[in-house]
Amino acid sequence: MAAIDHAPPPFFKQGPAPLALLTFYVTLSIALFVVDLKYKSVDLLRQGIAVVVDPLQRLAQTPGAAIEQVGGYFTSLATLQQENAELRRAQLDTAPNLARLAHLESENERLRRLLDMKAREKAEGKVAHILYATRDPFSRRIVVDQGLQAGVGAGQPVIDESGIVGQVTRVFPLSSEITLITDKDQVVPVQIVRTGQRSVAFGLGEGHLELRFLPANADVQEGDILVTSGLDGVYLPGFPVAKVSRIERDSAYSFARIFCDPVAGVENFGEVFVLAPRPPRADLPALKERAVADEGKGELRPKKSRRAAKKP
Amino acid sequence: MQPTFSSSRILLPVRPWFIYLSLFLALMLNFLPTSQWSWVPDWVALVLGFWAIREFRRVGMGWAFLLGIVMDVADSSALGQHALGYVLLAYVATSLSRRILWFPLLQQALHVLPMLLLCQLVQAGIRTAAGGGFPGFSYFIGPLIAAALWMPATYLLLLPQYRPVEQDPHRPI
Repeated sequence: MAAIDHAPPPFFKQGPAPLALLTFYVTLSIALFVVDLKYKSVDLLRQGIAVVVDPLQRLAQTPGAAIEQVGGYFTSLATLQQENAELRRAQLDTAPNLARLAHLESENERLRRLLDMKAREKAEGKVAHILYATRDPFSRRIVVDQGLQAGVGAGQPVIDESGIVGQVTRVFPLSSEITLITDKDQVVPVQIVRTGQRSVAFGLGEGHLELRFLPANADVQEGDILVTSGLDGVYLPGFPVAKVSRIERDSAYSFARIFCDPVAGVENFGEVFVLAPRPPRADLPALKERAVADEGKGELRPKKSRRAAKKP
Repeated sequence: MQPTFSSSRILLPVRPWFIYLSLFLALMLNFLPTSQWSWVPDWVALVLGFWAIREFRRVGMGWAFLLGIVMDVADSSALGQHALGYVLLAYVATSLSRRILWFPLLQQALHVLPMLLLCQLVQAGIRTAAGGGFPGFSYFIGPLIAAALWMPATYLLLLPQYRPVEQDPHRPI
């Protein structure tokens, strides 16, 4: 008889021990997590998976969208007529301003040329339809139907009819992901219209924004409108961002707590306008370098400066 | 195999394609635009936990990791977040599977609840540690609903394995 083989028969083979497998997968997950959040260098892997997942996701959402469409089709005539009348009135309201806009722009350009100033940057871009809000409860993001194929790039600002909505942070072949200005620590450089004071609005993650690092006696009032200051080289200046809703002045802290509500319908569905990226300004070398660095990173998050400012 | 180890009813062997189909359908359920309701249960976690308990030789941590990565891309959360939660869930489910299957379904649900909560807590933990916003307490209601759905889910997922109660002894097979 042949010598007894001491290797276990194949039906006892179960692969590596569970604990070893667990260690392997947990390490892999945490490594991916850190690399994704810290270095953002696995976006290619993400894009690859998204090519498969994205169509499935749209397929899963087809029934809901179809029901919505059918509902929209049967909207009553009266509602439509009323809406039509309202739109016509709104158009008439803005007509005087719009009619003179072309004239004003040409005049502005001529005056700027006379004063030897840089020409104003024009707002260009493309309309995108919002597909859905992402399911991730830890962040505020939406997905729109314009992606790499439409020439959308990370870092482009996104607006709707009333103001800034957010910034493109990830681009997939057929869709792109927009981080809303209300996302936690999403930053928009702003200017208070009434006083001209510049500041930075931070998202709070719950549908509100906060103006940080303004002294307790700063000249800010409830109802103040904040517009983009354009200092960052990302957002064009002059777009409405938020309205100051509540101010807490506590002498125990050196800064006032100023809460704002976004002006744009940030958390509503509809259509948005993806602005073309601003051309880097030659006269601001430091800004230009940062803009290039941010293009890889995708978003503007000066976390270090925030931490440094919090210390005193 | 039986529905529970204490049951005398013998089940048909599971068909692998049914496992994969149910996991796929759970994924599709998770792809639905339910971002406004954070209490909606994580269907993939529920079905994955179910198969990890019943068929731990077929569905284990490898599947958990893969599904986790897919969910991360679909939810556009940080890569590895769901993967970590699901891998831990699959590990606990696999290692407790021989114990859990002795209990009736209600008590099984009580075993499953902490697993699903762990899966959710781990994700919330690493995301908030990495600077994400707090998702609100309704995020932790999902596991409660999922655990309550354990009984219907078991009946549904075992449906293809049940044999007719009255069997014809004269039938050739």
